[in-house]
Amino acid sequence: MAEQQQHADNSAAYLIRGAAILGGAAEDLLIRDGVIAARGRQLDADGAGVRDATVIDARGLIALPGMVDIHTHLREPGREDAETVETGTRAAALGGYTAVHAMANSTPVADTAGVVEQVLTLGRTAGWVDVRPVGAVTVGLAGEQLAELGAMADSRAHVRVFSDDGICVHDPVLMRRALEYVKAFDGVVAQHAQEPRLTAGAQMNEGEVSAVLGLAGWPAVAEESIIARDVLLAQHVGSRLHVCHVSTAGSVEIIRWAKSRGVNVTAEVTPHHLWLTDELARSYDPVYKVNPPLRTDADVQALRAALADGTIDVVGTDHAPHPSEHKECEWAQAAMGMTGLETALSVVQHTMIETGLMGWEDFARVTSTAPAAIGRVQDQGRPLEAGEPANVTLVDPAARWTVDPSKMATMGRNSPFAGRELPGKVVATFFKGHPTVLDGKLNTPYRWPVDAVDAGPAGRRP
Amino acid sequence: MVLTRVVLNQADIDRALTRIAHEILEANKGSQDLVLLGIPRRGYPLAVRLAAKIAAADPTVDAAAIVGQLDVTMFRDDLSHQPTRPPYPTQLPRTGIDNKVVVLIDDVLYSGRTIRAALDAIIDLGRPRIVRLAVLIDRGHRELPIRADHVGKNLPTSSSEKVRVRLEETDSVDGAPDGAPVNEVVIEATA
Amino acid sequence: MRHLLSTEDLSLHDAIRILDTAEEMAAVGEREVKKLPALRGRTVVNLFFEDSTRTRISFEAAAKRLSADVINFAAKGSSVSKGESLKDTAQTLAAMGADAVVIRHWASGAPHRLAATDWIDAAVINAGDGTHEHPTQALLDAFTMRRHWSKLAGTPSAGADLKGMRVAIAGDVLHSRVARSNVWLLRTLGAEVTLVAPPTLLPIGVDKWPCAVSFDLDETLAQGVDAMMMLRVQAERMNASFFPTTREYSRRWGFDDNRLRALDSLGLKDTIIMHPGPMNRGLEISAAAADSPRSTVLAQVRNGVSIRMAALYLLLSGENREPAAAPVSASASHAANPNLTYSHQESH
Repeated sequence: MAEQQQHADNSAAYLIRGAAILGGAAEDLLIRDGVIAARGRQLDADGAGVRDATVIDARGLIALPGMVDIHTHLREPGREDAETVETGTRAAALGGYTAVHAMANSTPVADTAGVVEQVLTLGRTAGWVDVRPVGAVTVGLAGEQLAELGAMADSRAHVRVFSDDGICVHDPVLMRRALEYVKAFDGVVAQHAQEPRLTAGAQMNEGEVSAVLGLAGWPAVAEESIIARDVLLAQHVGSRLHVCHVSTAGSVEIIRWAKSRGVNVTAEVTPHHLWLTDELARSYDPVYKVNPPLRTDADVQALRAALADGTIDVVGTDHAPHPSEHKECEWAQAAMGMTGLETALSVVQHTMIETGLMGWEDFARVTSTAPAAIGRVQDQGRPLEAGEPANVTLVDPAARWTVDPSKMATMGRNSPFAGRELPGKVVATFFKGHPTVLDGKLNTPYRWPVDAVDAGPAGRRP
Repeated sequence: MVLTRVVLNQADIDRALTRIAHEILEANKGSQDLVLLGIPRRGYPLAVRLAAKIAAADPTVDAAAIVGQLDVTMFRDDLSHQPTRPPYPTQLPRTGIDNKVVVLIDDVLYSGRTIRAALDAIIDLGRPRIVRLAVLIDRGHRELPIRADHVGKNLPTSSSEKVRVRLEETDSVDGAPDGAPVNEVVIEATA
Repeated sequence: MRHLLSTEDLSLHDAIRILDTAEEMAAVGEREVKKLPALRGRTVVNLFFEDSTRTRISFEAAAKRLSADVINFAAKGSSVSKGESLKDTAQTLAAMGADAVVIRHWASGAPHRLAATDWIDAAVINAGDGTHEHPTQALLDAFTMRRHWSKLAGTPSAGADLKGMRVAIAGDVLHSRVARSNVWLLRTLGAEVTLVAPPTLLPIGVDKWPCAVSFDLDETLAQGVDAMMMLRVQAERMNASFFPTTREYSRRWGFDDNRLRALDSLGLKDTIIMHPGPMNRGLEISAAAADSPRSTVLAQVRNGVSIRMAALYLLLSGENREPAAAPVSASASHAANPNLTYSHQESH
């Protein structure tokens, strides 16, 4: 009975009235059976199937393709005190996302088909967004031996993005092999570019501020040297490379150069690197401790320009929740990372759109189309046209809100934007035609067909 | 509104100090072993003035050699109830205070708490034979069993009134509004 | 002044106030009764996450001379070594009624965390944090320099700054909290500072500091130096390629006997040699230099107690532990409300 209801829920019809499609002209979208059934001005209310549709007055709102995060830490399995797939994907839905790539640094590490399928199942059970597991490049993220990349690719989780994120694949031979190997199944290696010897004990960006604060410096060159090496490797072996969370102006220059030479490289920037600088470390408040570290204002400006001109392809949140005790301590003791799913849209609006660097069409590209393409997520990042999957986010660009981490859906309270007033608010998120968020609040999760949820590892099928 | 009444002018202060100087010599039967310790801020210049008058009365006395300054800040009982006060220097005459007749000098005697602190401060510095107290004004309202040996003027006051001593040594530059007269004692009452 | 966390944000007014108060505290050290009742009933906790007997006993002596109760809390052998967090430790001390926490910590910024959070409502004194700052060391160094500088000028040191004094600081600036605190404080006091170090032991960004930088100690001495401060070379730097060998370090950046003689031949007869201790004799400073009449090493230790007494007194004695208003605003408030300015008189 309950199942039938949920099924009925999934297939309910919604008529979105008067939303500015990608910030353009106001049109209506009819959502039914998980797809956009129709798009047009003043869709006929008496038309077939529309009569029983729930009408959503979307005047003043912008309709965007559901956002796709290429870089999320959901912490489960292993660190359920920091985040679970359930809480993390609730946060994602509230932030306007319909898909997230769950990074591999869980416990156990997502380096086998079993673990990535477990994460996939957790994601489908939760039902708030499409959880796309990322597979580890090396066994246990140890940087010594390739994980079974092919098994993960062939698993139910269909892994296409491989990353040791948090740790750099610094052995050049291993990196070369990984880049080559994933070509067999159209995968991509997402590199966390950080030369380990140059960053031993590093606490923050190395520069004027670290000199004063006496915190061990994290030189830009530690990131740039790895990116330079990797784009040359990618060119040499003809592979696809994705560079995680680019943070320096120098990295931008290298990627721009590589793209001009035809290297198949994509790059990502986090919302916080588009705004915050190392000046914030002067407070010694570890909420500003992150990997890669906050850099200088010159870097921030270079990153914004690079995102606007396409040198950087996507915004990835690097959402990294931590339990409070890992931040309520000395800077050097604190964990690195910030939450980001519930603030990403607003921060990108603030830093890129309200500065005139980008429009909402560009926003859709960097938060949905491009990340879906990198992750090979076939049914996301699609145009908002009739017949396309109904992954849609409605945004009120005029809204203003003040960040209060204690009110967030993520278990992490470590938002660097706490107390700041941000523009833009997600009003509704449609995932596979189902509203996971309505009126800016969580609604109900999408219910996957029973066999899609429970098709676990062999022998576990109920 | 503040009502101000002058109770001692420059000449009155000078006469009072002259009289106290003679009383000190008389009580001590001469200048033998005398040490005058002024309590900052305004007790010290009064001590210097008194030493000069004693030297004028007794030419064997070197005024500079018998006068010193005793800071009592660290010995106060109200440190935690007042804004932080930086201490003033304590400077004793070269002869020290052991077995001396120490006369403490202050401008106004009120609750007696400053003198209580001064007695503690003295004991940490040495062991005088006798300690006496000379003040320019005794305005009453004692809170401790302390009295002055020499008083320039007894001034009955209400505790809501303020007694202001303005001396050229301490108040001519930054202690008083521009042009306000110095070397006088006034009572201020808020009406 | 609610806390003493760094010299970077210490105003000239507050710096002079601490130095002047320390002058009065120094006089107490010369008396028979070396004790003042000013902090009777106050509790000072020495919270040391890093071994430092010298600094701890200096603070302990300072607190005891002011009659405060002193609790020594060494992280080794306590619950801290069993994984108790700084937050829990701070809340424990708060529950015990600590009025001041003197904290030495291996992590840069740990004192700032104590001061900025609501874990504890005590005055926080930074007794050295990581490679960040060591403000009382810089203050005692400045106190030592000011006494020397005033003596040369024949003027009283109270109220004086260090305008015109040439100070060279040589050694491992990169890892030195003493160097950082000295650079900021000496700038505030008007001295001219030159840092002398191998390029590997200078932080990236040092070019923005308010001082000159040199790689050549002899050249710096030849240009004239009034105070030469040598920094300790930590043993763990020796095997991390910061310099090839200790012999080479000593030859290029150590204050050896040749450089001691050079002071005489350069006509720098009044130049003092300083070291925060503990010294590596024969490495950054020769025995002859350390023991010469120019050396202020022991005076620095003595002055350390006076400076720490001054800091404890100024932070702990006031009602709200806020500084008295600056002279300008004092005269303004005087005009508006004479009761405030003269309140001191009313307690007679």
